[in-house]
Amino acid sequence: MNNKIFPIIVISFFIFIFFIFFKGLNNSNTYKPSDNENKIIPKFSAYTFFDNKLVYSDNIFNQKKFYLLNIWSSWCLPCREEHPLIMNLKENSKIEIIGLNYKDKDKNAKKFINDLGNPYSKILLDEDGTKAIEWGAYGVPETFLIFENKIIKKYIGPLNSELILEIESFVK
Amino acid sequence: MLASFVGFYSLIFGLGISLLIIFFSIKNFKKSNILDSKILTFSFLQMFLVFVSFFGLILSFINSDFSNETVFNNSHTTKPLFYKISGTWGNHEGSLLLWLLVLTLFIFIFLVNSKNQLIKYRILTVIFQQIIIIGFFIFLLKTSNPFSYLFPIPEEGLGLNPILQDPALAIHPPILYLGYVGSSIIFSSVLAATTLNYINSNWAKHIKGWVLISWIFLTLGILLGSIWAYYELGWGGFWFWDPVENVSLMPWLALTTLFHCILVLEKRSLFKSWIIILSIATFTLSMCGTFLVRSGILNSVHTFANDPGRGLFILSFLFVLIFISIFIFFVFHKSDNKNFSPIFFLSKETSIVINNWFMMYFLSVVLIGTVYPIFLDVLSSQKISVGPPFYHKLIIPFLIPFLIFMAIGPRLKWIKSELKNKLSLFVLLIISVLASIFIVKNFETNYLLNSILVGSAFYLFFITVRDFFSKKTKKLSQNMAHFGFSLLILSILFNNIFSNEIITNLKVGESYKVDNLEIVFDDLTKENKKNYVSYTGVFSIKDENFENILKPELRIYNQPNIITSEADIKVTLFKDNFITINNVQNEDYFNVRYLIKPFMLWIWISVLLITFGGLISLFNKKYE
Amino acid sequence: MKILKLIFITFLVFSLNYLNADEIDFQNKITKNLRCLICQGQSVYDSDSEFAISVKLVVKNKINAGLSEKEIYNFLTEKYGEWILYDPKLNKNTYILWFLPLLIFLFGGAIVIKKFINIR
Repeated sequence: MNNKIFPIIVISFFIFIFFIFFKGLNNSNTYKPSDNENKIIPKFSAYTFFDNKLVYSDNIFNQKKFYLLNIWSSWCLPCREEHPLIMNLKENSKIEIIGLNYKDKDKNAKKFINDLGNPYSKILLDEDGTKAIEWGAYGVPETFLIFENKIIKKYIGPLNSELILEIESFVK
Repeated sequence: MLASFVGFYSLIFGLGISLLIIFFSIKNFKKSNILDSKILTFSFLQMFLVFVSFFGLILSFINSDFSNETVFNNSHTTKPLFYKISGTWGNHEGSLLLWLLVLTLFIFIFLVNSKNQLIKYRILTVIFQQIIIIGFFIFLLKTSNPFSYLFPIPEEGLGLNPILQDPALAIHPPILYLGYVGSSIIFSSVLAATTLNYINSNWAKHIKGWVLISWIFLTLGILLGSIWAYYELGWGGFWFWDPVENVSLMPWLALTTLFHCILVLEKRSLFKSWIIILSIATFTLSMCGTFLVRSGILNSVHTFANDPGRGLFILSFLFVLIFISIFIFFVFHKSDNKNFSPIFFLSKETSIVINNWFMMYFLSVVLIGTVYPIFLDVLSSQKISVGPPFYHKLIIPFLIPFLIFMAIGPRLKWIKSELKNKLSLFVLLIISVLASIFIVKNFETNYLLNSILVGSAFYLFFITVRDFFSKKTKKLSQNMAHFGFSLLILSILFNNIFSNEIITNLKVGESYKVDNLEIVFDDLTKENKKNYVSYTGVFSIKDENFENILKPELRIYNQPNIITSEADIKVTLFKDNFITINNVQNEDYFNVRYLIKPFMLWIWISVLLITFGGLISLFNKKYE
Repeated sequence: MKILKLIFITFLVFSLNYLNADEIDFQNKITKNLRCLICQGQSVYDSDSEFAISVKLVVKNKINAGLSEKEIYNFLTEKYGEWILYDPKLNKNTYILWFLPLLIFLFGGAIVIKKFINIR
């Protein structure tokens, strides 16, 4: 009796391991933080891009409407790609777009805005990247959709036209 | 082009020969008292064909034949000849071909070298080995053909990843594979021996050589990988507990344990079931490592081409082998509990049991730490990381009793013994405790754990040193390996405790001063090389006693376009001065990292000593 | 005797957590335990990516603001998930990870001792 149970246990154990590895093969091995979260936005203060005034997050996201926070930088190529889409989104009056300029040089950033247009109602400065970390971002570009002080959706990487449609359907 | 063609068809014929060998082996197994010479001939022919195929791939690489997809993906005309050749096995397809070559080479050597063993045992080993070889042939031809044809023929190749263009890494894979594949012979042989109930001291004497060969190559392979990581990855570390490193450590731990058990089996009829399990585990862990690395299921610093299709094949093949082993183990192996000869608690056997106990614990820590994230992700979609702190917390405290047992164990005799020279063992214990307290105290790293750990490592150190001078020491190989191990632990500990580092951002002309030490960034020179542009920084490091000029380098490779940072290391007997530079985005500044790493050289030397112990044991059979 | 040794070992495991050193060492200790999200095989300490540089700064700021090591880890795991820690926290997800090796050790010990009992 005993010498039958033992092989069965061993075999089932290995079948279990096989199953796990088999399933694991299909999972991606690069990690991304989850993007579907319902978190309260972080509290922070930052200087504004054009007039260098200190502003507090409490005074930026305080109205009862949708905000889109876009982290960008002039040296980031995908940011250039998604920028025209954000320009189009500016036409949508239900949404206010706020820029967070990440680790950029003042001169380059101004040139970027002059060349490609300014979709942002406000641009905040993040010279050392610490504000992006408060938001839980780890690269540029990243975009956050915010309503009533909550992050509704987070987009890692550049936006595309499908994602823009998704954002517009949220706002409706 | 011709070379690829010949290479491909050699592989197909090689696969055909596997079937022939199995056919003749089965025929031979049923009758006849002598080994059919056809088996030997065909094994040689198979090895020759795989060699032709491998040589064909090397030729394609040397001629930069971009009609071959593997060459196109991994080579470039501007690459130096040496790296064109090493590029042959620096990629997935080529490295598998190398695996196959070593597999066929080893089974041929096995046949030649086992003349005084049972005929049935030899034939059965060949059959099991051919099953593995067929698996690899199919894997190669089906999912990773090294001779895929490309049309239209590209003008230029994509190039080899620059961090792999390095002398240590050029020979690292072949050495490591010799170790991995050596364990396949142990695997086939143990299955054959189990089927024939041939696990005895005769078999132990015969397989011991293979265990040692695999073990020596595996150790050297791991050492080379470590040295490479130390100077190429630019962080001044030599072991990161990265999954890719862990998978090479696991078969090493299993093999080391197996070796100690084989020593017992040579003398006494003990631990048979356990030896079978360990032999199977060693090769299974090697294969499991191949699976984890090649399938891309794990996330690692080391770059490998990932392909889930390949992963699925290796996974299925691995489990076929596992289930064959389980079947053979449960059906054929009869554990002889009846004539169980008891172990006396103060004997060499006991000390080896304790060695096994700890080694299996270390193995389980590494194994669980490496695969646990996969299990958690699949079962509950939670993603976690398991890194150095986990391994340190679970392994380091257990090293203390392990080292002490390692010092006392070899002093015991087989079957039954008494501890002689209790006094001197005790005196050495006291000395090592005092020495460690003195060292750790003087450098303000007054951690209890460190001092106990240093103490126990010193204990092993002193005892093995004493034994070098003792006439009674019969086992030079063992003493050498254990001495090497104590030196390794001591070097790693001192390296950890006394390492120093300065990280700062500097422009050319600037300097950084801390305490007595000054780092001056004197100059930056640009130079165009064959396949990269080199920026070399000139730094002078000044102290009251010395001045060093160090020249770290940044290389911007053209194909593929990758920046690598080459450390400049001034190696001295007791410490390394290590400097790297990295460019800072959008700035003229360079990120400068200056490290003082004591006893680095001794880490490498001690691993060489351990390997040397294995070599002595291999070549000095009579002496043992 | 065995129990004594076990108590001793557990004590050692915990004493590892109480290493104290000056501030830079403290910062390094934390950043070595953080995994970089950009180059995913490296620690934040080893990495020179923009993200890692910023995380180092954030850790420094948080230390200066008087946060404890644990609070800093909590802050970062809340943003990036448990994945960012190299030293997995002990919770229901990781009980098996931490205790299975120790159980194997005890189990192995039991087998070893059983061998000894056989002789008497």
